[in-house]
Amino acid sequence: MKLSRLTVMVTILSLLAAGIAFAGKDLDAVKKKGFIQAGVNGNVFGFGMPDNKGVWKGLDVDTARAVAVAIFGDASKVKFTPLTAQQRFTALQSGEIDLLTRNATRTLSRETKLGLNFVTVNYYDGQGFMVPKKLGVKSAKDLSGATICVLPGTTTEQNAADFFRTNKMDWTPVVIESTSELAQTFFAGRCDVLTSDASQLAGTRAIAPNPKDYVVLPEIISKEPLAPAVRHGDDQWRDIVDFAVLAMINAEEMGITSQNVDKMLKSKDPMVQRFLGVIEGNGKALGLDEKWAYNIIKQVGNYGEIFERNVGVNTTLGIERGLNALWTNGGLMYSPPFK
Amino acid sequence: MTPSLILRCIVSFLVSVCSYHTGSPLQSEPSITPDAGLQPSAAPFWRDPAKRAIVFQVAALLLVASVCYYLFTNTQANLERQSIATGFGFLETEAGFEIGEAMVDYSAADSYADALLVGALNTIKVSFIGVILTVILGTFIGIARLSSNWLVARLAAGYIEVMQNIPVLLQLFFWYAIFYETFPSPRQALNPFNGVFLCNRGLIFAVPEAHAAHTAMGWVLLIALVAGWGLNRWGRRRQALTGQIFPIIRVTLALCLGLPLLTWLFYGAPTAMNVPELQSFNFKGGITISPEFSALLLGLVFYTAAFVAEIVRAGIQSVSRGQIEAAMSVGLRPGQVLHLVIFPQALRVIIPPLTSQLLNLTKNSSLAIAIGYADFVAVTNTTINQTGQAIEGVALIMLVYLSFSLSTSLFMNIYNKKMVLVER
Repeated sequence: MKLSRLTVMVTILSLLAAGIAFAGKDLDAVKKKGFIQAGVNGNVFGFGMPDNKGVWKGLDVDTARAVAVAIFGDASKVKFTPLTAQQRFTALQSGEIDLLTRNATRTLSRETKLGLNFVTVNYYDGQGFMVPKKLGVKSAKDLSGATICVLPGTTTEQNAADFFRTNKMDWTPVVIESTSELAQTFFAGRCDVLTSDASQLAGTRAIAPNPKDYVVLPEIISKEPLAPAVRHGDDQWRDIVDFAVLAMINAEEMGITSQNVDKMLKSKDPMVQRFLGVIEGNGKALGLDEKWAYNIIKQVGNYGEIFERNVGVNTTLGIERGLNALWTNGGLMYSPPFK
Repeated sequence: MTPSLILRCIVSFLVSVCSYHTGSPLQSEPSITPDAGLQPSAAPFWRDPAKRAIVFQVAALLLVASVCYYLFTNTQANLERQSIATGFGFLETEAGFEIGEAMVDYSAADSYADALLVGALNTIKVSFIGVILTVILGTFIGIARLSSNWLVARLAAGYIEVMQNIPVLLQLFFWYAIFYETFPSPRQALNPFNGVFLCNRGLIFAVPEAHAAHTAMGWVLLIALVAGWGLNRWGRRRQALTGQIFPIIRVTLALCLGLPLLTWLFYGAPTAMNVPELQSFNFKGGITISPEFSALLLGLVFYTAAFVAEIVRAGIQSVSRGQIEAAMSVGLRPGQVLHLVIFPQALRVIIPPLTSQLLNLTKNSSLAIAIGYADFVAVTNTTINQTGQAIEGVALIMLVYLSFSLSTSLFMNIYNKKMVLVER
């Protein structure tokens, strides 16, 4: 009797111990697994949210798919983990996910104290305020004494505190962890104002019971460069993620889209040939297949395409390119040369 | 040494140490024969059970210590490899976030340590009030469940079944939704009495302006309570000697109400009130009981009271029926039977499981983050997120909840010891 109990105990403990074995380098772990585990939002329309058939859609989702295509040549080799704002960094630090594409703002303390590496910004955003029209507020400077709904653990929380302190106004926060519950509380009137990144405000308003009753105030009170993130410690993995995002931007600069990429393979321009892998070299330098950039553009699209598909003017969000246009069009999207 | 091998070694050592004490033969007792003067020769070192036990225990201790050391240094090495900050220095840096409700003055410019203190006080506030209300409500429903009135007993049973079986988080969401969906916005707030407003921002009511009289009244109330306690002891001794019952409840109530009233009159009867006023968005002034606090309190109290009711019922049923019949035949009223005969015996059975339920209530209050109440876990989560120091943050949470739980169970165990029946 005692021996069998001991055996059971030892078996359970050994299994537990085996489960906490450490993954080696991140890229090796991903290649061995055969897919990327990406952390996404799960609740923001246009960035990372499953549609009504359960297929994940969004700008961040497409970015994660581009990385999967770069490594495996197949956009389906990525699994998504929805994370709240409070869980996202711990999940990345602990190894639960390999890549965080969850509209996270790049800041100094996150890059240093949290031990994360942010790659190229895939969306330039800013923080705004959304109020019901019936309050009659025209500017963020009139919000003294207001009750404001905000997500915990975000730069939003700190920026709002700084803004109100600078302008000597006081406010009461209502802090709820779940994005959908927070939106519900705002629509029910528990708080006067909802504050978040302007893109998230647009996404939240799109799923409001009556979107016409809400207005986003004109003031943008902060810079929010949203970028995918990986852990410190694996430079090759970081380079791959970085250049997967840059490949999409570079493709738009060169005028390559998912429709004409096959025709562009026959181009005589050496820059295009190097980019698409006709002239070899880039793939080997990154440790990937030479057609990695071609695969990304063919299966996911260039930056302009993923922008217009998810958050562009023809979607319910209706966001203009603005700062997210190419540098040649007055925006900030600029890719280093691919050679 | 792989972790699994270490764990297997610990397990086998602990099993051998624990099982040792059940089967040791009595080797060192002298034999009871006519020539009992002969002692058996002392056993060599490895066959002496007492010395063997010591060796094994030291070895087990060393093994556990080496595992702890391995875990600690491994964690340190990994944190350094990923360049994640360590140490408690972050407690002195600026917090940078606001907290919705605070019992002490707090702003975003204060340190993380101040923010954590605010969170801890909020947890204590909801746990303390929750514990008192739960015990009262649970006792009441437990007694109602045993009532001879069929309707009352069925209603109590229905309440217990429903509240025990719905997950507590759902109950919290339900109460919170009731508060913010059904109550109007501040501009159309309900105004049942002068100075009292009810809206989806909470219950806001007027309070007297702070005045020196109030501190004096507080001290006088404390003196009145102590005097009441002293009178209780004297009254009980007098009852034991002469049989006269002292009306202790009425006298203590008179003292607690009358003495502060006299103090208030002595200070010139100050009547200035801090009345809430609606400004552009919210009410300013007075005291606000937020819907988050109310929802958390009501959700936790109604949920835990259902469990406490069953415990109270178990305690009352553990008292034999003969006691109740004997008490009634002596002429005691049902209320006195409950108070003098049943509860002193039932409390022995009630207090240990009741302690567990009260600890559950304290720990369940950490669900506050789902409905926006700034309790300790919520504030620490934000701190972890901003500083990246998950290990220190979680260690703080464990420490704080451990101290809450240990002090609650210490208090309850002292009370339990006093309640233990002294057998003749």
